[in-house]
Amino acid sequence: MNESDGAAAESGRARAAATDRLLARVIREESARIVAALTGWLGSLDLAEESVAEAIEEAVRQWRTAGVPPNPGGWLTQAARHNALDRLRREKRYREKLALLADPAEAAPRAGTNEPDERLPLLFGCCHPALSPDAQLALTLRAICGLTTAQIARATLAPESTVAQRIVRAKRKIGAAGIPLRIPEGSERAARLGVVLTVVSVMYSEAHLVAGADAAADRDLADDALWLARVIAHELPREAEAQGLLALLLFHRAREGARAVDGELVLLADQDRARWDRRLIAEAQAVLETAAMLRRPGRWQLHAAIAACHSDARDGGDTDWLQVLTLYDMLLAYDRSPIVRLNRTVALAEVDGPEAALDEVDALRPALTGYHLWHAVRARMLRHVGRRDEAMAEDLRALELTANDAERRLLEARVDR
Amino acid sequence: MKYVIMFTTTPELDAAVSPEHAEQVYRRTYDWFGTNRAVLTAAGAQLQPVTTATTVTHGGDAPVVADGPFSEAKEVIGGFQVIDVPDLDAAIAIVKTWPLLELPGVSVEIRPIVVD
Repeated sequence: MNESDGAAAESGRARAAATDRLLARVIREESARIVAALTGWLGSLDLAEESVAEAIEEAVRQWRTAGVPPNPGGWLTQAARHNALDRLRREKRYREKLALLADPAEAAPRAGTNEPDERLPLLFGCCHPALSPDAQLALTLRAICGLTTAQIARATLAPESTVAQRIVRAKRKIGAAGIPLRIPEGSERAARLGVVLTVVSVMYSEAHLVAGADAAADRDLADDALWLARVIAHELPREAEAQGLLALLLFHRAREGARAVDGELVLLADQDRARWDRRLIAEAQAVLETAAMLRRPGRWQLHAAIAACHSDARDGGDTDWLQVLTLYDMLLAYDRSPIVRLNRTVALAEVDGPEAALDEVDALRPALTGYHLWHAVRARMLRHVGRRDEAMAEDLRALELTANDAERRLLEARVDR
Repeated sequence: MKYVIMFTTTPELDAAVSPEHAEQVYRRTYDWFGTNRAVLTAAGAQLQPVTTATTVTHGGDAPVVADGPFSEAKEVIGGFQVIDVPDLDAAIAIVKTWPLLELPGVSVEIRPIVVD
């Protein structure tokens, strides 16, 4: 391939990527509202979601070449309604339902009204604790964010048939087990919102964990997660943790440009902070302040506060580690997971020295011995206390355990040094 | 919607509970049936201990009869109750108040009943 072919291919790719982004933006704005409206009309989430998913696949195919029509929501609603009626006519078990349906015009999402957002009840149903975490994520990606099954499979590196089966089973369970599509009230609200926010956070990290892949997916799950965090925070303005998660994802998103440079990972301490997106950081700080004013602290707000400390520092050396460690100690009251404790050891090493941190890292061995970053953190502590050979062995072990290409190259560079 | 709720215990963990504590918790189950009278249907039963169970299993030529419960599971069913509530969240809310759930090894399975 000569140089100009290369450039042409490059610009072709750039155009396609822009179109993928545009499709993602347009479709996820519409998907959940149409699924919710159709579910109300048909009385079946399974049928409604299937009909919308089919319409979205058709839209992705057509719009990728022909462009997005002027009223994409109307286009999708009409196509989904058509698909639903088609299915009802074909399938015996649905046929008697057909006569009972109201005017299909009823099955249009209400846009621009002051009605409470119908997407949130659907989201709480998709993230019901009676569904497995994998199913919660897959169903949320499809029904709420409007990803096709193939896009979910590529973005999460799961076989397409597995994803499809997960979604079908989850939808059938919602119908058969009577899982309500409703925002829980009262004492149930906090725990259920916790599940929803966890799904969004997993969605964000999934974008970075895709093993072996270098961004082959045509949907950026991190962008979808940030969008969804915004929807939730906007619809539930009194829920401090919803604001907390949005702030956290904004802080992370702001570092994105410095975190990966030319496809290579850069650790937080080494990142060029001039590449951080100051506009996103300012937004994150504002959202975190809003959360704090609600006076209901929680794990996502603390995670965000830790991220804020890093954003405040001019460079790695300027970080207020005592503040970071204090926040981690507060976080332990909400989240004692081994990963949080491991991340805390990095702050502990800065405040109390590497020996104290190494003891804590070693205490986590049983829980994290299969996790590559435990070995990477332990290597770093060992190097600080001068146990270089052991540090090298841990780096090699980390390398063996990582499945992500970019992380592998980062660790290789460390072993080579 | 109608659901069967199945109360299960783990016999090997029962020993860890003092008889007084168990007695006190069991007493509260009577109140539980009273409190939730409105959603309980007539269908329900407390079962004799698992040592009284007999299982008939598929066999090559003819069904095989044997002593004991049908699985090697550590949990055993102690009873069941059919409830009639609007949705799964309502069923979960009621089940969460089942007094025995404060004892280790106790769980309650919720299964919707097939409707035509």
